[in-house]
Amino acid sequence: MKRLPAPVHPVAWWLWAIGLAVAASFTTNPLLLLLLIGVACFVVVLRRGDAPWSRSLRLYLLLGAFIVVIRVVFRCFLGAAGSGPVLLDLPRVPLPDWAAGVSLLGPVHLSDLLDGLYDGLHLAAMIICVGAANSLANPKRLLKVVPISLYDIGTVVVVAVSVFPQLADSLRRVRRAQQLRPARGGRWHLVRRVIIPVLADALDRSLLLAAAMDSRGYGRRGESRPRTRGLLAVVTVIGLIAVCIGIFGVLDQQAPTLFRWPAFVVGVALAAAGLVFSSRERTVTRYRVDPFDLTAWTIAAGGLASGVLMVIATQVAPAHLSTPTAPAQWPVVDLLPLLAAVTGLVAAAVAPPGVIHHEEAVA
Amino acid sequence: MIEFREVSVRYADAGTPALTDVNLFVDEGELALVVGRTGAGKSTLLGAVNGLVPHFTGGRLSGQVLVDGLDTRTHPPRELAEVVGRVGQDPVAGFVADTVEDEIAYGMEQLGVPPATMRKRVEETLDLLGIAALRSRSLATLSGGQQQRVAIAAALVTAPSVLVLDEPTSALDPGAAEEVLAAITRLVHDLGTTVVMAEHRLERAVQYADSLIVLPGGGVVRSGDPASLMSDSPVAPPVVELGRLCSWSPLPLSVRDARRAARALRSRLRAPAARARATGDVVLAARGVTVRYGEHIAVRSIDLDLAGGTVTALMGRNGSGKSSLLWALQGSGPRAAGSVRVGGARATASASPASVGLVPQTAADLLYLETVGEECAAAGPAARTLLDRLAPGIPDAQNPRDLSEGQRLSLVLAIQLAADPAVLLLDEPTRGLDYVAKQRLTEQLDQLARGGRGVLVATHDVEFVAGLADRVVVLADGDVIADGPTADVVASSPIFAPQVAKVLAPAPFLTVADVAAALEEQP
Repeated sequence: MKRLPAPVHPVAWWLWAIGLAVAASFTTNPLLLLLLIGVACFVVVLRRGDAPWSRSLRLYLLLGAFIVVIRVVFRCFLGAAGSGPVLLDLPRVPLPDWAAGVSLLGPVHLSDLLDGLYDGLHLAAMIICVGAANSLANPKRLLKVVPISLYDIGTVVVVAVSVFPQLADSLRRVRRAQQLRPARGGRWHLVRRVIIPVLADALDRSLLLAAAMDSRGYGRRGESRPRTRGLLAVVTVIGLIAVCIGIFGVLDQQAPTLFRWPAFVVGVALAAAGLVFSSRERTVTRYRVDPFDLTAWTIAAGGLASGVLMVIATQVAPAHLSTPTAPAQWPVVDLLPLLAAVTGLVAAAVAPPGVIHHEEAVA
Repeated sequence: MIEFREVSVRYADAGTPALTDVNLFVDEGELALVVGRTGAGKSTLLGAVNGLVPHFTGGRLSGQVLVDGLDTRTHPPRELAEVVGRVGQDPVAGFVADTVEDEIAYGMEQLGVPPATMRKRVEETLDLLGIAALRSRSLATLSGGQQQRVAIAAALVTAPSVLVLDEPTSALDPGAAEEVLAAITRLVHDLGTTVVMAEHRLERAVQYADSLIVLPGGGVVRSGDPASLMSDSPVAPPVVELGRLCSWSPLPLSVRDARRAARALRSRLRAPAARARATGDVVLAARGVTVRYGEHIAVRSIDLDLAGGTVTALMGRNGSGKSSLLWALQGSGPRAAGSVRVGGARATASASPASVGLVPQTAADLLYLETVGEECAAAGPAARTLLDRLAPGIPDAQNPRDLSEGQRLSLVLAIQLAADPAVLLLDEPTRGLDYVAKQRLTEQLDQLARGGRGVLVATHDVEFVAGLADRVVVLADGDVIADGPTADVVASSPIFAPQVAKVLAPAPFLTVADVAAALEEQP
């Protein structure tokens, strides 16, 4: 029997994206990074629906470009200390003693430019992978799979994520309206006249949303007693603090033994207990949860395989994962990393096309 | 079902209490309509029903509010969710999920309803409101009327015994408003739901109300039978005003009742006096204006001439291309084809502020400074004088965001008029305005037209059009389907006809003022 097309489980897309992001984190080879970005964008363009969140990829691409530019600028004009051919011979600006370690301007070498470029691309690739997940998986559907104990935190995150498309929308509206008024004043004025209405709008909307959620029963505690609730909250927070101390202790070899593994283990136990018991107090049910079916498994596996293959490549063929900049060389791609980078494409083949509503809004 | 005992509400930063010593009783299965001017405390009263006031909004509430026997003092809104369903003014802002089905199910998820029951109730509610065909649609792609019905479905699905609605039809075109009101009355009649509803446009709602809750201002609340309270209510629909003018008793609340009472009046009245406003030269001439968004054609090759000294109303469903046409005429919106000439010169985006002024739908988008004074100064030397003429008594130091809806509209109008445009375009200016503010706006626009400007108003508000416009242009699906003098276009349409026209048809009267003038002429 032919499988019926069904929406893909959102977690599958996130696992896929995390896999790609992990792959990107293990290389600074620009060809591999561009390939990973390409794979992510290709899958998004082919498989996204027409919902508002699906259009956010462009925003993430812009953010990526911005990161690359910032990275290059900082690398070239602040603390340039590379080697190789000089591209731009700028005079070094002398700084006072307290700013030792920072240098302003000075000659810009080819290696500075390339280092900045690769570094920026590295970060941008990871962010674009996350952006791809955001465009493919409905962030609000993620809420359905969050364990009940993390439900409140999950809601906060989901509401925060969904603010961005709304912000983009109100930004467009305000800019259009502002064109109606003659421009006056300097650049700061220009920024202000867009930002203030947009922020005021966002604040109004969030208050309305909060009131609506409150009226519809969000955050109900039902029968539970306030004292039990308070106790559970305290236990959870203490547990989480202990986890943090434990992690620091584990990483810091000088820390006393008590603050290392014991703190970590006790913290995890306390936090878990707090969350589990508080979840018993919540009476939230889920409506039509997406099944984690074969398609979902394949998509998740495709992305994770990409990450795993790249990790294996760091052991087996580490030679060309990072491209030397001093002296500068052309980036070279080995077979295994190449395979790792393109494995993510599996998702495009298995996923059903995104939901497109052909019916016009009967406005 | 709902009981207020000696309830007073006072907000921390306000000098006067929002409600004082309110005693109120709404019986089970009643449709109670909350009526009053902007700022009279309608939202506070509605919020108090499900505990949003004071649990969410802050402020001090003294006295007792009981809903189905539960005290809102001990039950915050989330605990009252099973008993009270609430639909806010802007349904979009309250949406939590993004498809119709998920949105409807959200409330039940919070209450911990088992999945199988949830599925069944969602299906039932979809059918109850007639939105089953929309089930998997994204909420953002729905029309205003559909969104409002989804919001009502989402509030209703948990089978609350009380439904609170804050201006459910204010953003809707007349057809969609009828749809929503029909759904609401069906709930009251078939399910015995108690409904408390605030509404500015009484002409749409008052005939369905079982009881009326009037807030005359100053935190006072009066409630009772609609017909007796309407006789001296500070806000009243045209049909009631006509009844008051002719001293009909009992006061008619629906067009049907008024038609019966008006038999004698109809035979007595002769033709209404023509409204005198001298038509000037053509100030804006649009030829073949087309707006398209990708595949979708919003405005299809429209020719439009606006004469100076006239007010033209642009009507049509939500999404029929009214806003797109206004922005294209102004010059800063997209225009795929066609030309717009303003006073002989071609309108472009850069040259536009001087020649064509536009007041957008969300007027607040134009404002960004902290005080009214700064806003006026930024707009030009004439703005302050204009504002004082349009809405006297707004202090310079006030923050524009604290102004009432009507005052803010006047401020934006003053800012746009400061550049002395020959043509003024307004997009849905009456949204959120009460009768008094609407009357002021009518006078303001009338003055502007008499000053020789061409005014084009896109609006859903039939009564506003009847009182103001010389000419009506109706758009549907991007085409002009009707264009002519107000009386001809509006009176012949079953949806766009104002109440007075419906009552006095076939005599071509549009407003109570017309009738009053005619009665004075022929005693």
